[in-house]
Amino acid sequence: MKILFVGGGMGGTIVANNVARRLAREVREGKVQITMLSATDQHWYQPGLLYVAFGKMGMNDIVREQTSLLEPGIQFFVDPVEEFELAQNKVRTKGGVVHDYDMLVIATGCEAVYDEVPGLAETSETPYTREGAVRMFKRLRDFEGGKVAVVVGVPHKCPIAPIEITFMLHEFFEKRGIRDKVELKYTYPIARIHNIENIATWAVPEFERMEVDYETFFNMKEVDVENKIVHSEEGTEKEFDLLVTVPPHRGMKVIEENNLGEGGWIPTDRYSLQMEGHENVYVLGDTSNLPISKTGSTAHFQSEVIGENIASIFRTGSATREYDGKVYCFIEADQDRATNACFNYIDPPEIKAPTKSMHMLKMSYNQWYWSSARGLL
Amino acid sequence: MSETKVVDARNTFCPGPLMELISFMKRADVGDQMELLSTDDGSANDVPQWIAKVGHELVSNEKIDDVWHIVVKKVK
Repeated sequence: MKILFVGGGMGGTIVANNVARRLAREVREGKVQITMLSATDQHWYQPGLLYVAFGKMGMNDIVREQTSLLEPGIQFFVDPVEEFELAQNKVRTKGGVVHDYDMLVIATGCEAVYDEVPGLAETSETPYTREGAVRMFKRLRDFEGGKVAVVVGVPHKCPIAPIEITFMLHEFFEKRGIRDKVELKYTYPIARIHNIENIATWAVPEFERMEVDYETFFNMKEVDVENKIVHSEEGTEKEFDLLVTVPPHRGMKVIEENNLGEGGWIPTDRYSLQMEGHENVYVLGDTSNLPISKTGSTAHFQSEVIGENIASIFRTGSATREYDGKVYCFIEADQDRATNACFNYIDPPEIKAPTKSMHMLKMSYNQWYWSSARGLL
Repeated sequence: MSETKVVDARNTFCPGPLMELISFMKRADVGDQMELLSTDDGSANDVPQWIAKVGHELVSNEKIDDVWHIVVKKVK
């Protein structure tokens, strides 16, 4: 059996290692061949960018060589896929190599896009890209005060980030001793300050305590670069001296170019995680069109299901598990305290008071991540 | 010829029905209709509220067997 993984980010790496461990003997005996195709030989811990943007981690802390994270039985090639020929069970790479497969896992992820909002790229700071995180830290370090606006694009990865960023901005400026010179303004696209009602209910008094002004129903339309004003689709506006954005995201172009999914999101069964209409194709993480959080933890929990099912299909001919929608998110409440949210398709999250120990757990996870990517946690 | 797309956001908490609808509306063409399926009672209020704010059209809004079916049309 040939199992092909397209994408070497968090989701692809975890599930490939999961499968390689489950089928280690079969791989050694040559009965199973596992191949991964990726666009890069580096593996970035993307949640770490938030800490880079606030000067708490360095870029070297959040990157590893991809091959150092993969099980020995996985053949790894830096040669991204350009053409999917699902009807023939083949892909063609940028380098012109054709790979056939029996099982395909697509985990190409998504990326920030700025062209949907004129002026956003020229004016905003963001922790969502590597260049952006470094630049944002320099801006925050040198900022002397003024109006800081947080604006949020749709859809975006890491849904808790808008609130975390705002909490951390408050704390950062407070520690620099300039909080009284900063007007911190938060905006959010829907009717409350976070899409999860329990989180919104918890965060409102936190914002009030921190004297964070907030406005709901604010979807970015365009940024007036010259006058430093961001306009919303709803007809309102925010002035800023420093604009911090959670940018809108799209699925990868290769997905849309191959007509696998509108917007780059692949239609996926929410329980089996199979691509609609293709039993031998699995989709996970940010690549799917499922209406659930685009986060590493989603990909992590999905990878366990897919890994177990691929191994089971090889051994018994049928899948054994369904994905229940599980997501687990740490929520940084400031620079020293955190809480968490855990939920699935049925049960909403319950939010507890932030603690220092939960923050330490999150900081520890930032190091444990590499074990997680290897499929050990 | 415009089309009606179904946005199935039943039994999800994050990013939630309205956020899903906003994503779909961004990609839709003027004239497209979308039917949002939601099990969140809040959708019955916040979706029409948002549609009114941005100037799109609310075609229908009804609850059938514990699922809200909210049909909207992109008009600009």
